[in-house]
Amino acid sequence: MVPTVLEMVNDTLGWITIALDAFSARAVIFGVHIGGHLFVEAMLLVAILFLLSQKSYKPPKRPLTEKEIDDLCDEWVPEPLIPLSAKDMQYEPPVLESAAGPHAIINGKEVINFASANYLGLIGNEKLLDSCTSTLEKYGVGSCGPRGFYGTIDVHLDCEARIAKFLGTPDSILYSYGLSTMFSAIPAFCKKGDVIVADEGVHWGIQNGLHLSRSTVVYFKHNDMDSLRSKLEQIAAGNKRAKKLRRYIIIEAIYQNSGQVAPLDKIVKLKEEFRFRVLLDESNSVGVLGHSGRGLTERFKVPVEKIDIITAAMGHALATEGGFCTGGSRVNDHQRLSSSGYVFSASLPPYLASAAITAFDILEENPSLVKKLRENIELLWKGLSNIPELSIASDPESPIVFLRLKRSTGSMKNDLQHLEDIAARMLMEDSVFAVTSKRSTLDKCRLPVGIRLFVSAAHSESDLTRAYESVRRVAAQILKDY
Amino acid sequence: MAAPRDLFSISLPGFPSLISCLPSGPHLCSAWRSSILGSLRKQLIGDSRLCGGREGSSPSADPNDNHPLSDRSQYVLQLWAALCVRPVPRFLQENLRLVELHHRPSGRLLLILCSSCDPPAVSSLGLLYGYAPICLGLEDFYTRRLYLRIQDCFGRPISSAPDAWFDVVERYSNDNNKTLIRTTKKSRCLNLGSYNYLGFAASDEYCTPRAIETLKRFSPSTCSSRVDGGTTSLHNELEEYVARFVGKPAAVVFGMGYVTNSAILPVLIGKGGLIISDSLNHNSIVNGARGSGATIRVFQHNTPSHLDSVLREQIAEGQPRTHRPWKKIIVVIEGIYSMEGELCKLPEIVAVCKKYKAYVYLDEAHSIGAVGKTGRGVCELLGVDTADVDIMMGTFTKSFGSCGGYIAGSKELINYLKNNCPAHLYATSISPPAAQQIISSIKVILGEDGSNRGAQKLARIRENSNFFRSELQKMGFDVLGDNDSPIMPIMLYNPAKIPAFSRECLKQNVAVVTVAFPATPLLLARARICISASHTKEDLMKALEVFSEVGDLVGIKYFPAEPNKQHLEKCTTKED
Repeated sequence: MVPTVLEMVNDTLGWITIALDAFSARAVIFGVHIGGHLFVEAMLLVAILFLLSQKSYKPPKRPLTEKEIDDLCDEWVPEPLIPLSAKDMQYEPPVLESAAGPHAIINGKEVINFASANYLGLIGNEKLLDSCTSTLEKYGVGSCGPRGFYGTIDVHLDCEARIAKFLGTPDSILYSYGLSTMFSAIPAFCKKGDVIVADEGVHWGIQNGLHLSRSTVVYFKHNDMDSLRSKLEQIAAGNKRAKKLRRYIIIEAIYQNSGQVAPLDKIVKLKEEFRFRVLLDESNSVGVLGHSGRGLTERFKVPVEKIDIITAAMGHALATEGGFCTGGSRVNDHQRLSSSGYVFSASLPPYLASAAITAFDILEENPSLVKKLRENIELLWKGLSNIPELSIASDPESPIVFLRLKRSTGSMKNDLQHLEDIAARMLMEDSVFAVTSKRSTLDKCRLPVGIRLFVSAAHSESDLTRAYESVRRVAAQILKDY
Repeated sequence: MAAPRDLFSISLPGFPSLISCLPSGPHLCSAWRSSILGSLRKQLIGDSRLCGGREGSSPSADPNDNHPLSDRSQYVLQLWAALCVRPVPRFLQENLRLVELHHRPSGRLLLILCSSCDPPAVSSLGLLYGYAPICLGLEDFYTRRLYLRIQDCFGRPISSAPDAWFDVVERYSNDNNKTLIRTTKKSRCLNLGSYNYLGFAASDEYCTPRAIETLKRFSPSTCSSRVDGGTTSLHNELEEYVARFVGKPAAVVFGMGYVTNSAILPVLIGKGGLIISDSLNHNSIVNGARGSGATIRVFQHNTPSHLDSVLREQIAEGQPRTHRPWKKIIVVIEGIYSMEGELCKLPEIVAVCKKYKAYVYLDEAHSIGAVGKTGRGVCELLGVDTADVDIMMGTFTKSFGSCGGYIAGSKELINYLKNNCPAHLYATSISPPAAQQIISSIKVILGEDGSNRGAQKLARIRENSNFFRSELQKMGFDVLGDNDSPIMPIMLYNPAKIPAFSRECLKQNVAVVTVAFPATPLLLARARICISASHTKEDLMKALEVFSEVGDLVGIKYFPAEPNKQHLEKCTTKED
């Protein structure tokens, strides 16, 4: 059987060879005999090309039918609007029954208030109240419109000019809320593709602004100039296009999250070396730093023009509300049309703008306020400096005195619980009202939490003594056994 | 390019010869030097006299005063200084620091020439060489070419409360509207622009004394956030009042309406969530949605059927790429659209959302207090149960004549927000007098002040709005919006008609708001009328008379019949 099959195959192959050779047997091209195998190879090539030209197999697309969509819609179960874990969050802040001055009334009891950033003690100031009252009588409470649509009241323009005069800039621009200042100003200047180098300890307003700007954001270690330099070098070396992009360094003068003061002189040197612009948030330093309260630039004797954009919330030392942004005339004019919080929001109530004007007047007339504040900070520092359980994390010049646990329990939540216990007992037992630094779940800042004491120029020596004695006593009690 | 023309169009003594001696710039003799310095100083002083800085600063002849110069003169000055004056005088260094010389081609060329002659002079000027421009050329094209020419129509300062009549401060300009200078002259105008729906903006017999009393007791600010020392008994009272007024179990208030939207949305929803937003939602909602990190889809303005199809498609598709189901979906709408004057189709939209289990976020910035039988907003007007709206947001800037915003919802929701919302945790709490103004005005609206003024105000605004709207339509204006809405935009379409309409009305003592880009699309310019309860019949008659006359003059009586709204559905942003 097998031999016959083999024989047949051989015969067939023989015939095929003869047949193939038959018509090309005499074909000679350039002296080469064209054998039958070339013909077979050509056929193979054609077959390969034909197969390659075919589309690969794809199953036909079948869109969902109406019924399937209906089922999917029925099956879909949304998450609850608020997470279930939210139930255990129960924090009720103390309720004040008086103005938030250096002494306030909580639960019918007078307490020393270290929770308000009333740095210059302007809350309850007669002159301030008088100017507010007269403005309120004349203009009513609200302005009832955005700045573009008859919401510009002459008080606003006066206030803008006053701020500019105080800080020595050509002009300034008023926002109606402190928090909105930064997150409107940043996206007005930084766009997609721009490079921002920011401190990792910046507050939420800035973080939100960074997010909204869609720029490339690089964080450097909190208040660490070596880290800043290395980041700047990386950007300058790493990106060939970096020269054509707008580059910014974003810092706070006094960090709300730690009480640290930014070393502006070094930052300006770095900025000029690497050609970055600086955005500085002076929320906690206007009226505080420098010998006449003109802020961080005065403290480090840096000309104010070297800082390209300065923003600040007025809800601290100036004892009013709202915020402002100032810089060169280009910076201000650009925001008037392109800053969302300015264009799309009702303007600041006029009485708050007149309060700001008066606050600047008071500050210029009494430079001793700044001096008194500095003495108070020094006094409190002395009293708090050698508590065994707590360390001071803030700068000696910062009016936010920031106390951290020396030995952290390892989790931020437990730390915060300890600190909250301390604050609650200080309020209960010694009538000293201090607060912890609470963090929103949205906040990306990872700096350790702590107790914050906002020092005011209106605090008396005995207030401060009572405060640090209370901290010392309660901390020793609560933290002794962990 | 404009730069070379700038350069030569200013004929200052010695300038042409300066160009001719360019190569020998560094070796100018002292006579030259002093003459150049003198003319520089003259130019600087003259310039600051001319433009006088921005409004408000008085012109002064002292060159050391920090007056912003016009760009052109700064540019020329800088060139002069860079070319021939060394050491560069102090007053120049101070004034010229921020001009970005190298962004103009001619400037760059000269800069190269100068720096080869004398690098220290160039660097001492603080020329921002090596920095990218802070505003890109095309970014401020609109500002330079369009906005500046008609900027007197916007941001007119006033010097009285924004009541039915107010004082508009007159301004003039010496440089083709580039800078406007405030004068002390005022003109008394009829106010058709402020959001003073119920007339609480002016001094009120019930509210103002209480606000002043609160000011004396609580000071203008607490200098602290709500979770620290910023919660006073007044704030708690306010939240109770607002919750009761709106018809929800609990509420939380913030010091600014814009922040309320933009800080709440990120707390409620994040990555893996979906926000479906009306195409004409306010910028604060857009910002909040962007800040949240959730996916954003848009449905056609006020079209429930399109919302339905978007919801179906999105639930079936799931998240992009991964196709996982959405974590949650929030539909964001407004009660009254401030640039259109339209009421939202709330009942239909709520029904659609219920069907697909999406949460409803209703922004009542313009409707709360202004519409509804007792002023409780669109829910009351359109007969929607407030329990069907999951998150109710609103502002106090408009009807209540104060500032700030609120969120009202279930007790659990508000508790969650109070523990997590950055605006509650970090921002200064709402100013106590403003809080008192809101409480008092709510009391007036509810009739708890012992009078029926609130009810009268509400009847008045409804009457006024409907009367004014129908009269405008009879005249043939293209008026947008629905009945009962106190906002009525009159379409101008052509941006060139903005200044014409605005200026002509102001001449006849009627102040109107004209809206242009960026609040509306470029070719959908409009004038927007906001009716107030404090307008009397005579006020409205006068306004109609003036509008009719100016309307004929400007040519904006487009349609004698109902306007066609189809063309409006593609525009995106709008203004508070």
